[in-house]
Amino acid sequence: MTRIEDPRKDLRQLGDQVVKDLQAEKNPDIQLPVRALSNTFFDEKHRLIKLGDKLSHRTYLNIAHTRKFMQTLMVAAECKKLLEQKQNTTTSIRDLYYILKRTIPGTDENTFEEQEESDPVIEDIEAAMNTLREDLHLHAEQKGSLVGPLVVREPKFETESDASKLGSSGYGIPSICEPDTVQFVSNEAEFVLVVEKDAVWQRLNEDRFWKKHKCLVITGKGQPDRGTRRMINRLHNELKLPIYVVTDADVWGYYIYSVIKQGSINLSFVSDRLGTPDARFLGLVTKDVEAFDIPKNVTIKLNEGDKKRAAELLNYVWFKPKPWQDEIQHMLKVGYKLELESLSAKDIRFISEKYLPKKIKDEDFLP
Amino acid sequence: MDAQPVTKTAEQMAGQARVISVSEFFEKNRHLLGYDNKIKALLIIVKEAVDNALDATEEARILPEIYLKVEELEKEKYKIIIRDNGPGIVKQQIPKIFGTLLYGSKFHRLKQSRGQQGLGISCAVLYSQLTTGEPAEILSSTGGGKVHRYKLKIDVKQNEPEIIEESETASKTDWHGVQITFICEGIYREHKQSILEYVKQTAIANPYCSITFDSPSGKMVFKRAVDHLPKEPKEIQPHIEGVEVGILSRMLGDTSARTLASFFTTEFTRIGKTTAADICQKAGLDPKTAPRRVTDQDIVKIVKAVKEVKLTKPPTDVLSPLGDELVEKGLKKELSPEFVTSITRPPAVYRGWPFQVEVGLAFGGGITEPAIMRFANRVPLLYQQGDCAITKSITGVDWRRYGIESDKLPTGPISIFVHICSVWVPFTSESKEAVASYPVILKETKLGLQEAARKLSLYLSGKRRAEYQAERMRIFDRYAGETAKALEELTGEKAEGIVKMIRKIVSHAKPEDFGEEPPEQAKGAKKPAEDKHDEN
Repeated sequence: MTRIEDPRKDLRQLGDQVVKDLQAEKNPDIQLPVRALSNTFFDEKHRLIKLGDKLSHRTYLNIAHTRKFMQTLMVAAECKKLLEQKQNTTTSIRDLYYILKRTIPGTDENTFEEQEESDPVIEDIEAAMNTLREDLHLHAEQKGSLVGPLVVREPKFETESDASKLGSSGYGIPSICEPDTVQFVSNEAEFVLVVEKDAVWQRLNEDRFWKKHKCLVITGKGQPDRGTRRMINRLHNELKLPIYVVTDADVWGYYIYSVIKQGSINLSFVSDRLGTPDARFLGLVTKDVEAFDIPKNVTIKLNEGDKKRAAELLNYVWFKPKPWQDEIQHMLKVGYKLELESLSAKDIRFISEKYLPKKIKDEDFLP
Repeated sequence: MDAQPVTKTAEQMAGQARVISVSEFFEKNRHLLGYDNKIKALLIIVKEAVDNALDATEEARILPEIYLKVEELEKEKYKIIIRDNGPGIVKQQIPKIFGTLLYGSKFHRLKQSRGQQGLGISCAVLYSQLTTGEPAEILSSTGGGKVHRYKLKIDVKQNEPEIIEESETASKTDWHGVQITFICEGIYREHKQSILEYVKQTAIANPYCSITFDSPSGKMVFKRAVDHLPKEPKEIQPHIEGVEVGILSRMLGDTSARTLASFFTTEFTRIGKTTAADICQKAGLDPKTAPRRVTDQDIVKIVKAVKEVKLTKPPTDVLSPLGDELVEKGLKKELSPEFVTSITRPPAVYRGWPFQVEVGLAFGGGITEPAIMRFANRVPLLYQQGDCAITKSITGVDWRRYGIESDKLPTGPISIFVHICSVWVPFTSESKEAVASYPVILKETKLGLQEAARKLSLYLSGKRRAEYQAERMRIFDRYAGETAKALEELTGEKAEGIVKMIRKIVSHAKPEDFGEEPPEQAKGAKKPAEDKHDEN
């Protein structure tokens, strides 16, 4: 996908097309890529989830579309406005929601009732305009944290931050993490460890794991946001660092890994910037229970939701490699899952002193 | 073992038996005529008097004006006055009509009318007398300035009038008609089965009638909606199909015909010489037999033979249905509905009696809850709804097919009006509260209801489509302003112009553009719903 850095022309074209339809007394129709599983495919060559070419039609005279139709044009218009402001001003997607939220005259209905309504419309515009939220100067809440021997510069703020000298909170990964906003000054790390849980990240930071093992430790606090995924992507591509991912041994943890690795269905149009196909899965896996002699009583019984999701994972193309099929089948067979924190049952430092070092040393990865 | 002493002999017991008068019978069994409780008693008295007043005025072809007053004298004691503008009653007949049970002009004739047995009004007199000891007061004038006044009771043992007072006065007005005053026990209420409801329904089914009701809670006037009476019903001879052994026996005794064949052709409707000869032949009787010589065994043979002979149906033009105009005007004036429709079924025959069903459906507007209004010969039926053929027919209709919410009976804002008229309405009891469920009556009523429901359903689906369309238009219009503003920002085109263009495409929009199926017409509206009728 070619990135269009100034999408103003496309936004205008979107408006022109609608006006043209109206002038011809036609039902105006906005065409948008379908952002759903049915319109995504696994690009084997790039090992990424990509967006297909199916288009959906959002028309004014379709009662199910009218409100969304208005919202789409409102977001497009606001993006154009934001682009025309000074280049270094950004707006949060929550701000955008409030900017556009107003009561429709003569009704008790708002143009947008919740941020959950405006966020997907922004993604629609991104996908339709071949542009990115980041290029529209829209940012989300900062979510991810990084610690380790990496110095980054943020030109707009005229700062340099050494991520090894930021104490217990580490470096907060900005929502917009593009080369023009976040630059790598120096790095001494040899690999990147991405952990699902903030609690584990805290443990590894406190134990100076990154110092001992010369690495960066990142957490996205659950499913990592776009900024964190972009950071992982750039650390791998620009600094050539291997990426190791550590999550709970459950279907949700495995999916977090898969999103980091090959992108998500929802944001498949931007997988090449957010996905890191070379990422490796380090753990946990349910087989670790035997391998590391983890007490059975810290495992959690699978519930119906887990089993249903497991069946779905088994069907995703990107979970087809044999080791993954084996792991998910094994999980279903033993009927339990495992949280990262459960390793503390052996010893509070078991994860940083035994588990991770051994896994890394043995290169005991899943693809 | 001790033998039980014999206390009475058969002879002694026979000595105790005696004829009881019909009045004595009523004294003990007043519930049979509906006087089961004090609330209902007041209603029945009003009903009997009003029914008589309407029968009399209509028969005299006078537009009815009825004055009704119910006044509480003391706790559970009421004075009821009913005055009409009918032809009045000739002096000699007054005591017999009001003071004798089962004295009447209507029992032996076959003509559509409200009263049938000659029991109702004298029972009202008897009930008053039994509960308060007070006589009924009757004023009657046949016009010409003279008013006859009677105060009378009923001699229960003899079933004869007992005149308490009698006088004649000159009237200052040219009033003619009858006024009756009762003083009786009762309780006045204004609930579903009340005098008020009876008056209201009477006003609906008799929209050419004007009723003033001076009730304990105030004076109400039910104005007439039309100034003409329905056509007059005709009197007919009985149809032989419905005649049973006993009646035949009596008729044979009463006839002036000389031969059996001429008895059939003169005493019954629609029997010609051929049919008469046919009956005689099938019964194995000589057509020349003198009617008085026909034996009981012969009568049984005749009844059997009648069933084998092909009979012409009775004439049906003798009935007087209200007709669509009156049904609809009556419903409109009292209920102010949003929509009203009606169906008059062609006449049909049960057991040899012609009858006819009319259905009216009134929907929405002033109507807020479902109601069933049953009428027999224009008289509202307020009690025993569950036992009535009309109710059974209503529950037999699948209302939902017609887009009308229902749980057996409709549940929406709909009033169902059903009128059955006949020369002889088959009631389930003497209190005339429910129509008997003859299969053909059930069938005709159900067909009428279905036809009317189809018309209502067409109206409702049209309305739903219009509402649906209007709602769509409102939605499209609602989002036009913001859409136009956004387009102005994107393209520089002026928002006002864009709003106009949006309104234009919206106004030309067709339902197929809306992206969803418009509501279907109710299925029943598309194809006739002649579903199999349950014959039981």
